[in-house]
Amino acid sequence: MPAAVLAVEGLRKEYRGQPALAGVDLEVGAGELVGLLGPNGAGKSTLTKIACGLVRPTAGRAEVLGRPAGSPPARAALGYLAELFRFPGWCSAEELLALHQRLTGSTGGAAERAELLGLVGLGEAAEKRVEAMSKGMQQRLGIAQALVGSPKLLLLDEPTSALDPVGRRIVRGLLEGLRERGVAVLLNSHLLSEVELVCDRVAIIARGRLVRAGTPAELAGAGGVEVETDAGVRLVEGAGREDAPRIVAELVAAGERVYRVEVRHSSLEDVYLEAVGGETG
Amino acid sequence: MSPSPLSSALTIVAHSVREGVRRRVFLAVLALTVAFLALYGLGAHFVFRDAREFAGGEQGILDPHAFAGATIFGLAMFATLFLGAVLAVFLTLGAVRGDAESGLLQPLVVRPIGRTTMLLARFGGAAGLSAAYVVIVYLAAAALTAAIGDWSPDHLLGPALGLALAVAIIAAISLLLSVLLPVTAQGIVVFMVFGAGLTAGLLAQIGNAIDSDSLHTIGRAASWALPFEGLYAAGLHALISETTGLTGVVLQLGPFGGSEAAAPGLIAWAVVYMLGVLALAAFAFSRRDL
Repeated sequence: MPAAVLAVEGLRKEYRGQPALAGVDLEVGAGELVGLLGPNGAGKSTLTKIACGLVRPTAGRAEVLGRPAGSPPARAALGYLAELFRFPGWCSAEELLALHQRLTGSTGGAAERAELLGLVGLGEAAEKRVEAMSKGMQQRLGIAQALVGSPKLLLLDEPTSALDPVGRRIVRGLLEGLRERGVAVLLNSHLLSEVELVCDRVAIIARGRLVRAGTPAELAGAGGVEVETDAGVRLVEGAGREDAPRIVAELVAAGERVYRVEVRHSSLEDVYLEAVGGETG
Repeated sequence: MSPSPLSSALTIVAHSVREGVRRRVFLAVLALTVAFLALYGLGAHFVFRDAREFAGGEQGILDPHAFAGATIFGLAMFATLFLGAVLAVFLTLGAVRGDAESGLLQPLVVRPIGRTTMLLARFGGAAGLSAAYVVIVYLAAAALTAAIGDWSPDHLLGPALGLALAVAIIAAISLLLSVLLPVTAQGIVVFMVFGAGLTAGLLAQIGNAIDSDSLHTIGRAASWALPFEGLYAAGLHALISETTGLTGVVLQLGPFGGSEAAAPGLIAWAVVYMLGVLALAAFAFSRRDL
């Protein structure tokens, strides 16, 4: 795995005695796109907020580029879009980005603002005021705002919840472009298909704990190998495509005749539902 | 490279000022202030005219001209403090918890600016604007009083600076309450604190008039606990501190006359108090989960 841009170890958070995070370990490397899945109230937003210094952990360690989360150098290295955010209605898109450029010390000027607005499909809306924008446009503006100053780590909490399919495709393309530029992304989302499409790794959180983690292929690929022989149909659980020749060879060596072999895939949704135990927040 | 705290603070102040201009807050304040000064000018005109008629042109032991000038200008000072307090409170309303609950604060706080700088920037903007506002309105009222009634306070600049410090303290208290309380509760509590301070000041006035040590002690304690009131009362006193005779005595006992000069150390205490409130606000803000 690439060197960790975000490193979280034994992270715990309690709100008035109620655990929101109960010891989470997670790393996100440079250029890596990690999807964080889990039911409402599982602790995804809390983890993200600790990473950007909005919430103080009860125990454990959270670091951005080796600096404590929330410290000035850590904050300087990240961009963040909250699940529930609001920008001043009187501000134009251009003014909002200029404000964040000044706060990050970005020297990108008008060229950076134009590039970012173009990236999120708001190139024609630079002078449009926030209060005149749809929720989807505001969300795309929020992503552009998070990208001001070329952050090394991007923390996105449900960034596509208000977007239509076209907006989602724009954001998906944007995230893939960020990976090529070496930006680490932690993406909180309820949209499993989206996470499966763009993320290098997926972490599933339930009741404040990390219950599953791996690449989408690893998580979704362990559906087993189904084999039909003289003795009937049987499922070799936990086996994958690479195990199929060995399974067939063993059966033939044992004197069985094999009529059909099928590598089964469980979807990310199956894995998710199994991991969270049907829990919903 | 991250900007310096000063540069970030100035960015936040400039952002707040731009918001005030765009939302026509300053235009509304300007229009209402002009209306207030016009009303004040009209009132001053009739007060000076009727005071002369009341005196009947004869020179009595009470100087009607000084009495009219000090009373109407004391009223102007009270109104200026009230308007300045309203401005200070509304410029800091919901600055922390309110903005955090609506999602406005988080995108700014995650930037390198840091919470303390952000808080001080909000204070600097609100206190600076409110202080400048009260000084301008106070001086405009003084100019009107001089033009209409040919009367000037015994001390002009001291009370103006006292008012400026008083509204800065109110802005600091309001900011602290914005960290601790939701928006509505913040607004209610800060105005109740303001009202309590003024009431205590009036109690001290009454205590002096009827020579009640208990009331006087309550009033003085309130002046130290809420030094914006002490500064205001000291300012009222300074307006007429050189006025002698029965006129001076009567004015000092009235609602718009201060019976006591600033206690030694009041201004230093007021500055320390304001810095202490800000430090408490910064500490509470640093501990708050957003």
